[in-house]
Amino acid sequence: MSAQQVEVQLGVPKVGAGPPGQPPFRPPEGRLSFRWKVTLVWVGIFALMALFFWIAKFDWAWMRDNFRFIATGLWVTIVTAVAAIALALVLALFGALGRLSKNPVAYGVSGFYTSFFRGTPLIVQLFLWYLALPEVVGNLYNGGHLPQALYRVSLLSPVMAGILGLGFNYGAYMTEIFRAGILAVGPGQTEAADALGMTYRQRMRRVILPQAFKVVIPPTGNEFIAMMKDTALVSFLAGPVFYWDLFKRAQTLGSQAFKPLEALIVAAGLYWALTAIFSFFQSRLEVRLSRGYVREAMRPVARRPSRGSGAGMAPPV
Amino acid sequence: MTMAGLSPDADVVVRIEGLHKRFGQLEVLRGVDMEVHRGAVVVVFGRSGSGKSTLLRCINFLEDPTEGTVEIAGIRLSGGHRNRHRREEIRRLRTHAGLVFQDFQLFPHMTALQNVMEGPATVKRVPKEQARHQAMELLGTVGLADKADEHPIRLSGGQKQRVAIARALAMEPDVMLFDEPTSALDPELIGEVLAVMKSLATDLHMTMIVVTHEMGFAREVAHRMVFFHEGMILEQGSPGEMCEHPKFPETRKFLEAVL
Repeated sequence: MSAQQVEVQLGVPKVGAGPPGQPPFRPPEGRLSFRWKVTLVWVGIFALMALFFWIAKFDWAWMRDNFRFIATGLWVTIVTAVAAIALALVLALFGALGRLSKNPVAYGVSGFYTSFFRGTPLIVQLFLWYLALPEVVGNLYNGGHLPQALYRVSLLSPVMAGILGLGFNYGAYMTEIFRAGILAVGPGQTEAADALGMTYRQRMRRVILPQAFKVVIPPTGNEFIAMMKDTALVSFLAGPVFYWDLFKRAQTLGSQAFKPLEALIVAAGLYWALTAIFSFFQSRLEVRLSRGYVREAMRPVARRPSRGSGAGMAPPV
Repeated sequence: MTMAGLSPDADVVVRIEGLHKRFGQLEVLRGVDMEVHRGAVVVVFGRSGSGKSTLLRCINFLEDPTEGTVEIAGIRLSGGHRNRHRREEIRRLRTHAGLVFQDFQLFPHMTALQNVMEGPATVKRVPKEQARHQAMELLGTVGLADKADEHPIRLSGGQKQRVAIARALAMEPDVMLFDEPTSALDPELIGEVLAVMKSLATDLHMTMIVVTHEMGFAREVAHRMVFFHEGMILEQGSPGEMCEHPKFPETRKFLEAVL
C-alpha cells in the first residue's frame, strides 16, 4: 500500500470540513461521493486484514499486555528521527548550495559528500559512526595527537550514532532535492534580486530559498517518513535497554516470548500511526505554504511519490 | 541645441565607453559609447538580436562586459574577474540603477507592498516602517495603492509591471533601465504601463534608458533615440530627426516596419 492511500484515509473524517477557506466538498445529488466510496474500500481492506489476523490466531492478550513495553521505544524512534531530519535539512541546504557554487572547494566537498553517502549502504555508515569512529580517534589519542576529551566524545551512544548516520545519509539524498528546488526558482528571480543590489546571502534568504522551500516540502516529507522507518536500523547497534527503539524492543521481546509476529505487528502498527499523524500535519503545512501561488484557496493536488513510496505503512509481517 | 536637448554642462549620469560583449565566437556588442545626462530619456531601438538588451544588462553587470567601462553616478567599472572587492563595487553600482524586466520578475511569495519594500528594507537597511510608508506612496504613484496586499499572481500583467517599476524606483536610483517593458503584455494593457513611464519622465524628471518598440512613446517622451544595428549604435538623434529623416537605409527599413 502506498503513501497516497494513507492520506486518502486521513482525508475521510474531514468530508465537508476542509481547512479554512476551502469550500466544503459537495457530492453530486443522489450519488455516493468519491470519498465515501474510497472509505468503503478501506473498510473492506481492514475487514480482510482482520480476517487474516483471526485465522492466524494471534495472541491478542499478549499483545495488549506487552504493548507498553514496546511503545516505550517510540521515544527513541521519534527523537532519533526528528534530530536526524533536522541535521539532514541543514546538511542538504549547504550541500545544495555547494553543488550550485562556483567555488571549487564548496563544489568538490559537496560532490564527495553526496557521492559517498548515497553510494554506500546506510547500515555500513551506521557501523562506521558507531564502531570505526572511536577506533580512529582512539588510535590518534594513543599516538598522543589528541586530548582525551575528544576520544570520549567519539564514543557515541547508539542514538547519537543513529542520528549522525541517518542525518548524513538522508542529507545526501535531500541535497539533490534541495538543489532541484533551488534550480526550480529560475534565473530571472536571481537577476531581479541582483538588480536590486542584493548580496548572495540576501538573495538566498529573502528571494530564492523561501520559494525553493515550497517546492522542497512534499519530497522532504516523504524522506522524513522513510527515515522514521529506517530508524529501525539503529537496532543493530548494540546498547543498553535505555537506547532500544521500537523495533529492537519488539524483536527482542518477541523472540524471548516466542511471539515474534505479535510483537512485530504491534511495532508495525505504531510506525504506521506515527507516519499517518505526520502526513496529516504535512498536508496542512503544504496548504499554508501554497499561499500566494494559487488564485483561489484550494488544496495542492500534486504529490510526488519518491524513494519513500513504500512509506506510511510497514508491511504486516 | 545639443544632441540630448539639454545644456552641455548638465551632469552625466551614465557614461559608457568602448563597450564590447562576446559570447564565445558571437560578438553581440561591438564598441558602444554613450552618455546619458540627468533627466534625459533615451530610447534604444533596433531589430531583435541587435544587442539592445545585452547593452542594458551590461550596464548593471547582469552580464560582464568583455571590454570597456560603465560609469553610473560616478562609480566606474569595467568587466573582468569578480573578486570580493569588485563584487561589492558592482553591487554598489546596481543600487544606483533600477532595472525593469520584460517579464516583470516580481517576487511571487511577497505581496505587492512587500515587493516594493524589499530593496530599501533589505539592501539599504531602511527601517521597516519608513520603507512601508515609502512603498505605499510609490504604489500610489503607479496607481496601485489598492493592490498593496495582493500577491503577484492576482495581478494583471500591466499591474505587475507597474509594481515592478515601483520596486525599482524604491531604491531611489539615478537611472531607470527598461528592458522591453511592454513586450510581454496584452495590447490593451500596454497603455497603462507607458502612462506610468511617461509620468516618470515628465513629472519626476527621471533619467531613463528604454529599450522598446513603442515608437509612439519614443516620439512623445524621448529626448534622444538611438538606433542599434549589429551591436553598434548606427545613428542617433532627436525623435523628430530620427523618425522623419533617418540617414541610413537600415534605420529607414526598420522604422517602416514598426511605424
